[in-house]
Amino acid sequence: MRIMNDIAIKVENLGKLYRIGQTVGYKTLRESLMSVATTPLRRLRSTSHEPSAISHQSNYIWALKDVSFEVKRGEAVGIIGRNGSGKTTLLKILCRITAPTEGYAEIHGRVGSLLEVGTGFHPELTGRENVYLNGAVLGMKKAQVEHKFDEIVEFAGVEKFLDTPLKRYSSGMQVRLAFSIAAHLEPDILLVDEVLAVGDAEFQKKCLGKMDDVAKGGRTVLFVSHNMASVQNLCVRAILLESGQINMEGSVSAVIDKYLGSGAGKTGEVCWASPEVAPGDNRVRLKAVRVVSEGCVKGDVDISKEFCIEIDYWNLQADTQRVISIHLLNSVGTCLLTSANLPSASLTPDPWYDRPYPHGLFRTSCTIPGMFLNEGLHSISVFITGSFLQDVIIDIRDILTFNVQDTGMMRKEYTGTWIGAVRPQLDWRTVQLGEEN
Amino acid sequence: MNVGASNTTQADIAREPVTIIRPPRGWMPINLRELWAYRELLYFLTWRDIKVRYKQTLLGFAWAILQPFFMMIVFTLFFGTLANVPSENIPYPLFSYAALLPWTLFAEGITRSSNSLVQERNLLQKVYFPRLLMPLSSILSPVVDFAIAFVVLFGLMLYFSYPPTITMLWLPLFLLLELILALGVGLWLSAINVEYRDVRYAVPFLVQLWLFASPVVYGTTFVPERFRVAYGLINPMVGIIDGFRWAILGTEPPSYLLIASAAIIMVILISGAFYFRRREKAFADVV
Repeated sequence: MRIMNDIAIKVENLGKLYRIGQTVGYKTLRESLMSVATTPLRRLRSTSHEPSAISHQSNYIWALKDVSFEVKRGEAVGIIGRNGSGKTTLLKILCRITAPTEGYAEIHGRVGSLLEVGTGFHPELTGRENVYLNGAVLGMKKAQVEHKFDEIVEFAGVEKFLDTPLKRYSSGMQVRLAFSIAAHLEPDILLVDEVLAVGDAEFQKKCLGKMDDVAKGGRTVLFVSHNMASVQNLCVRAILLESGQINMEGSVSAVIDKYLGSGAGKTGEVCWASPEVAPGDNRVRLKAVRVVSEGCVKGDVDISKEFCIEIDYWNLQADTQRVISIHLLNSVGTCLLTSANLPSASLTPDPWYDRPYPHGLFRTSCTIPGMFLNEGLHSISVFITGSFLQDVIIDIRDILTFNVQDTGMMRKEYTGTWIGAVRPQLDWRTVQLGEEN
Repeated sequence: MNVGASNTTQADIAREPVTIIRPPRGWMPINLRELWAYRELLYFLTWRDIKVRYKQTLLGFAWAILQPFFMMIVFTLFFGTLANVPSENIPYPLFSYAALLPWTLFAEGITRSSNSLVQERNLLQKVYFPRLLMPLSSILSPVVDFAIAFVVLFGLMLYFSYPPTITMLWLPLFLLLELILALGVGLWLSAINVEYRDVRYAVPFLVQLWLFASPVVYGTTFVPERFRVAYGLINPMVGIIDGFRWAILGTEPPSYLLIASAAIIMVILISGAFYFRRREKAFADVV
């Protein structure tokens, strides 16, 4: 009895099968009728006794498989993993937005879920009306919203605009109001997706503080995020998901190290042997991503030396344009820079930008100067798009990690930590302005 | 072990809700207790629909009157005057308006509810609540328009000197039946629409067809006696509209037709509820 009561969330062998390929999304009635009409035929033709769903196994993917864990009352647990590792699917199942295909979960206590801030906001309604509406959507009682109303408005800092339609708010104000409502939810268990990705840095900090209060106030928090800094701040324990399965479960710092380190075993390269197994689709497949410094592939680069990020890919669709972009992140998940082979983002324009690619293997590289990054673990996210930048073909976060090592270049005078995201050498100068004060 | 502590633990367990999550299997009935727990959300969703409906329009809620009113004018002109459709000795404008009132409510209800889930896909994918609230709130919000349009009816009654009768007290019953029918149809259509967007194109057509299949521009007496039971069974709106006409204008009471309609309405509601519940679990994945 007592043990049961200590557990807030219990998950057993949870799994979710998704259908992929053509049949994803909505069908028209005709397609469905056709498939009903042809099913008996297919059944006749197929010699196996397996149901048709199994014979088309390749059209299905386990977004989550055999996931089991427990979260104790009052515990804050982070769930981390790459894109498509099943984090959001897990959260959606626990929020009851989608149903699992197999397994079992039980949640003890009132659940508040936050997959997005401002869900249900209506642009035509005023700020005041939206507070009530969003509160109701998030499961707050009207009396509860009334009780917290002033606090919510003050936290968001929108007192003056309460009776203005939401569509006249700046996007920052909308986010602040949305988050403020969410932050005043008081469930026993809070399930949060990366809602902190929006809003300005200062407000993010305020929100993190508020969520920290929630966690410290004895509530249970399950927190899904890409931002290692917030996971580290908020959670004690973390779960690492990989391809829908739990790869590791343990203390936050151990799990984050594993996550960052698992990119390539720090060899400085990830590669795929053939297009069949490589990520991508029938337009582009990724061959390799590597960090090259002083002519060799390196997992550790010298802080003072420049290095190249090389991205090799097969273009499988002729006469198309490709744009390659990267994100460079540090060990706490802060994005240090975004760049792409666009003319305006390059020192010298990439000759292949704007040029139709034939079939073939290509390498796009980007040089990062020496004396620029700070020391420590860094990770690279790679994106390949068509000429229309919204048309994302490849999007792999944290595909490769590498370590920037301080070899003593900047250790001559000061030997402590240089705090900061980057560590460039800058122009410093002192002049004497007079002989006396 | 401390007895006092274990007592509070027991109390905590009793108070604390436990959510069980499992793969869905088979047909499930509507969870009425859960619906009741979410009544405030239903209120807010309905309230939002009403508030937002005529935002940034010049005429605002006047639209609620204009639609049935101009329909009445058009019907009077074409069916009443030109085609000379019999109106059971009642002035044709009044005769058609008494039917247009429930008809407009029904048409709005099924049109809005059939699109409700698709329109609110973002909500479906981001928060949990009983999905039934979506079509339900879309059925309830047009009741406000209905109430406003009702004022015009009193004007017409005054104009044609038809005093309100005691039978009007029956109206809430017919209104309730109508809302139940709209909900039943809305449950079917909204759930199908999640998977098959054909519904979006079919509904306007269906509404038009249904209008002429219902005794709106003509009276039920227009239908040959021997077909009338079949008529009421096939189209449950017959009993409802007849009920409205009878309660307001004192035409032929709906009698056995109403019972036939009510039975069909219940079948539509219950089957719709089961179908909706069966599809519900996949809404967020498919929509």
